[in-house]
Amino acid sequence: MPVMSYIQAVTSALREEMERDEKVFILGEDVGKKGGVFGATKGLHETFGEYRVLDTPLAESAIAGVGIGAAMYGMRPVAEMQFADFIMPAVNQIISEAAKMRYRSNNDWNVPMTIRAPYGGGVHGALYHSQSVESIFANQPGLKIVMPSTPYDVKGLLKASIRDNDPVLFFEHKRAYRLLKSDVPDDDYTLPIGKADVKREGTDVTVITYGLAVHFALQAAEKLEEEGIDTHILDLRTVYPLDQEAIVEAAQKTGKVLLISEDNKEGSIIGEVAAVIAENCLFDLDSPIKRLAGPDIPAMPFSPTMEKYFMINPDKVEHAIRELAEF
Amino acid sequence: MATEKINMPQLGESVTEGTISSWLVAVGDKVNKYDPIAEVMTDKVNAEVPSSFTGVIKELAANEGDTLQVGDLMGYIETEEGSDPGTTDAEPEKEKQPAANQEQEASSDTSMKKRYSPAVMRLAQENDIDLQQVEGTGKGGRITRKDIEKLITSGQKPGHAAAESKKTVQEKAKEPEKSSESQPAAKAGDIEIPVSGVRKAIAQNMVKSTTEIPHAWMAVEADVTDLVSYRNKLKDEFKQNEGYSLTFFAFFVKAVAQALKEFPQLNSTWAGDKIIQHKAINLSIAVAKDNELFVPVIKNADEKSIKGIARDINDLAARARAGKLTSEDMQGGTFTVNNTGSFGSVQSMGVINHPQAAILQVESIVKRPVIINDMFAARDMVNLCLSLDHRVLDGLIVGQFLARVKEITENINAETTKVY
Repeated sequence: MPVMSYIQAVTSALREEMERDEKVFILGEDVGKKGGVFGATKGLHETFGEYRVLDTPLAESAIAGVGIGAAMYGMRPVAEMQFADFIMPAVNQIISEAAKMRYRSNNDWNVPMTIRAPYGGGVHGALYHSQSVESIFANQPGLKIVMPSTPYDVKGLLKASIRDNDPVLFFEHKRAYRLLKSDVPDDDYTLPIGKADVKREGTDVTVITYGLAVHFALQAAEKLEEEGIDTHILDLRTVYPLDQEAIVEAAQKTGKVLLISEDNKEGSIIGEVAAVIAENCLFDLDSPIKRLAGPDIPAMPFSPTMEKYFMINPDKVEHAIRELAEF
Repeated sequence: MATEKINMPQLGESVTEGTISSWLVAVGDKVNKYDPIAEVMTDKVNAEVPSSFTGVIKELAANEGDTLQVGDLMGYIETEEGSDPGTTDAEPEKEKQPAANQEQEASSDTSMKKRYSPAVMRLAQENDIDLQQVEGTGKGGRITRKDIEKLITSGQKPGHAAAESKKTVQEKAKEPEKSSESQPAAKAGDIEIPVSGVRKAIAQNMVKSTTEIPHAWMAVEADVTDLVSYRNKLKDEFKQNEGYSLTFFAFFVKAVAQALKEFPQLNSTWAGDKIIQHKAINLSIAVAKDNELFVPVIKNADEKSIKGIARDINDLAARARAGKLTSEDMQGGTFTVNNTGSFGSVQSMGVINHPQAAILQVESIVKRPVIINDMFAARDMVNLCLSLDHRVLDGLIVGQFLARVKEITENINAETTKVY
């Protein structure tokens, strides 16, 4: 089995889906000749040509709008937002059109589109290159939001997103692109959207999180194991709609729950996770539900010291888990 | 001069590692700040790494072709400026140390012992576990869900049934207190006085004494006509000379101290599997103030003259009334002499001052017709009532003791007894 980085898994999934289904095409800024600013679509332009890998103008609203139109005509567009931060001009298209199309047309029309966007901080990218935007879309029925944490999950879930008959937002952590490497099968496989995944079995503290924070939690758990603290880690993988069954099961497992998000704390995905636990697990809880997230300030700072303060990291996660374990 | 680290810089977003393609400097080279020191290749960019300092290259920690994580050490540079202490790596370690100590200190804290989480409550109810008897391993002694789960799997859960016997013992001991608590509530016009402070302590001590000590009583009558005339002859002059009164009580205290020296069995304490006989004769005396009762101690009363005892009584009583007694003043009593006569009482049953073995009540001196040699005579009579701890003492020895006190007090006069 080849070892792939997170971004190589993205490219691999795109290539395989384009080979498998000729209705799949890519559009976005610099995705063609340049192969994407991070290199996610590297080599696809050469292989599939300019009609299947489209360089678009700097107009995110148009990228989403063109995608929606093509999808309604039976194509399977994979649109790339260069940075998740730049998705804002396309919000109207995504929320008012893509998400609602099936419902308002009484099943006559649907939008089998995937929108990929790199998100997340800790890369010294400051305001326009560090945001987590998932919570903006996380109360829009009709949308699905996938945020994978490993190269293996990236490939399986991106393929599933492309094959899904409704719009999927696929957020990739840009710091994970070259940081995370793992075995990824060469063959065709998909992973179910809407299903969380236990990344580590444990009995002392349950961590529920997604994206890069899964990696931080795994690192912290490994360290804490030496102290005899046994951490259970649930990777949400799909943050909307949530896998409530898996959340409840994971919370019940230890009764001590730490929720982690890189997003600003108030109104983030994990607030909803906390609500699910509160509704279902009162008599299993052994401690208050704890949240670890970014501070409620407008943007990821540029100053390295300030960025470090804003970002979650393995040390912060370790500290939070230990606090719960000792409670 | 200071040695600074050169670390692999972040060469672009999403870049987490870089490969050194070539070193542009060698050990011993002098470099200026911002001079390129190495060419680094990442899968996004090829870039030159600038020096962050002016100085001399001291060591290169990586070879050409090595791939380093962002932040990893590339080498050392010797600079001319002083090192900024804020950037040393040891710093965070130091900060962690006191935190760990604090946690250890906090482990003796049991403030969370009775805070039960929903999970712990449910498991305790489902498995009939008495949480009072579970040791908690959580913060502040909190019982965690894991603690309960461990108990259940180990099969050693302390159920309520096992706790029953222990509880009934505790309840029995508490009963007297409970019955007083269960008295009816005050009716309209009644005054409710909250029980606190000294009153509460008195109540607790009395309950303890009467529930723990099997009391028995005995009384003798003494003819103290001579003592009365002796004291009355002296009192005005004494008061004038010394500034305080020569009371009858001082004579009785002295007599008791003397008798205790001869009967040390009464100067003792019940200590479960043994009786402790005290060497020192420290006499507690009861002093009332409003609705408070203090029992300060006359230390080594057997070694003091009547004047010395009178002075102690005067001093302790004055300080008790002024609220200036210290805990030192009230400690170490081995026997209590209670001046109930001052209230006009002629007979009373004292409650032993726990953990002493006996208490003597000196009642009111009353002039009464007494038959002496088949003739009536008007004599000054006093009742001496004694309560004893029947675990420690029996009637025989106490009778002998009282007879001795009677003998001493009946023979106090100018010839036998000196005040000074």
